[in-house]
Amino acid sequence: MADGNDGQRFDRLPATEAERTVDGRATREAVVDYFADRFGIPPATFDDYTFWEKGAGKIWIYRGEAPTPLEIEAIGMTCLRTRQEHWKPTTDVVQRFGDHATECVIDLDREQARRFAAGEDQMLEWWDGDWGYLIAAHEIAGEAEAIGVGLYVHGELRSMVPKGRQRDLEP
Amino acid sequence: MEPLERYRPIIDDFDAFLAACERPLGNAVRVNTIKASVERTLAALNEAGVDYDQADWNPRVLTLEIDSPGSTWTSFHGFTHGQEEVSAVPPVVLEPQPGDRVWDCCAAPGGKATQIAALMDDRGTVVANDNNLGRISALRFNAERLGATGLAVTNADARNYSLERFDFDAFDRTLVDAPCSCEGTIRKNPDALDNWSEGHISSVAGIQKGIIRRAIQATREGGTVVYSTCTFAPEENEAVVQHALDNEPCRVVDFDLELEHAPGLTAWDGETFDERLERAARIYPHQNDTGGFFVAKLEVTA
Ligand SMILES: C[S@@+](CC[C@H](N)C(=O)[O-])C[C@H]1O[C@@H](n2cnc3c(N)ncnc32)[C@H](O)[C@@H]1O
Repeated sequence: MADGNDGQRFDRLPATEAERTVDGRATREAVVDYFADRFGIPPATFDDYTFWEKGAGKIWIYRGEAPTPLEIEAIGMTCLRTRQEHWKPTTDVVQRFGDHATECVIDLDREQARRFAAGEDQMLEWWDGDWGYLIAAHEIAGEAEAIGVGLYVHGELRSMVPKGRQRDLEP
Repeated sequence: MEPLERYRPIIDDFDAFLAACERPLGNAVRVNTIKASVERTLAALNEAGVDYDQADWNPRVLTLEIDSPGSTWTSFHGFTHGQEEVSAVPPVVLEPQPGDRVWDCCAAPGGKATQIAALMDDRGTVVANDNNLGRISALRFNAERLGATGLAVTNADARNYSLERFDFDAFDRTLVDAPCSCEGTIRKNPDALDNWSEGHISSVAGIQKGIIRRAIQATREGGTVVYSTCTFAPEENEAVVQHALDNEPCRVVDFDLELEHAPGLTAWDGETFDERLERAARIYPHQNDTGGFFVAKLEVTA
């Protein structure tokens, strides 16, 4: 295989660039740094986890035991899309780890949260933080809770909640 | 209900049993502690004005007074997962511990596999297998929504499952939540008995016997295997466990269960079973206003 990457197989990410053997493959260090730099998620959050690639650029996060490489249906959860200019976390990983985030988190009110979960795009010009992929959150039972990933450009927040995960919820 | 007549001799208060089978079931959900504590989940339900009942035997099992439990914020966030009350019993009986290697050999769509992961604090390895690829996609969807990071999902026939793909050669615990004739789901699926036949029961029993044997072989000495079905037929329950006792190194062990239940049978239709099968549990719909279930716990002895 030209790029050493196999769409049927999970390969554990190399720890660092120095250990990389497959071109273009993200490293564990780069993934952990991404979550820290973009969202302020402390790197130690991921100490017990391994990261894997299956298919070009699709990164999975896993906490169990497994040898590499491994040909099975899934390990842990899909986590991040790499091998593109702007890396993009998944809705589910953001829900799972988003409570550790301190940056690029956009807090929505009830109605905005409802629209976001339904997959709607909305103009939110008051946001004065970074553009690009943000964690959308709202308050539930007195604490902030991540809803999913949004793409913020030109004053608009686009919901990235996948079709199958979108829900029409009570306001 | 006709097929259920064969259980008249073994079920106390058979008329109450039949009446319960006619009643639809409430909307039960399990609190997914990987995503939120019971306390926070209850607070979120209160905030949304959703009434609920908490099960006496398990604070993580709730019945919601609502028509569509899938369209709540708690469901969207994966704080809750729709799962029948009795279906939450086998993982509790399995008693998985953080760090364990667990095999859920018939795992799709993943209600119990994710419950096992939650009971382990999402630490350790839960190999969630199913031979039906279509159902595996539902399993994967649920695992991701519920944030279970310790699941390894495989697609194979449990009867000749190979451990070669992993670095270890035995599991600490295995759940066999077997395919079955589903008589106990009648309250949820009123057509559950439409294709009922003794022939079907005996062919499913053949598959169950193959799966339970492989489950015991793949579990280490001293490890635990829990066998469960959502059916009443002794051919698929006690007789399958008896087959395992006759052919694999294992014994039936006790467990505590705070739900009302009847003991496993030691005889059926001219056949007798090991006396220890009384330690298995038969949960009937009229006892706790739930679906029906059978659960047996085995210890692997070699
Ligand atoms: C009762 S269901 C499992 C429900 C699941 N444990 C849960 O809690 O969501 C039984 C499953 O066994 C699977 N199955 C049937 N025969 C099998 C076999 N030989 N090997 C592995 N899985 C099998 C079916 O596809 C079905 O998903």
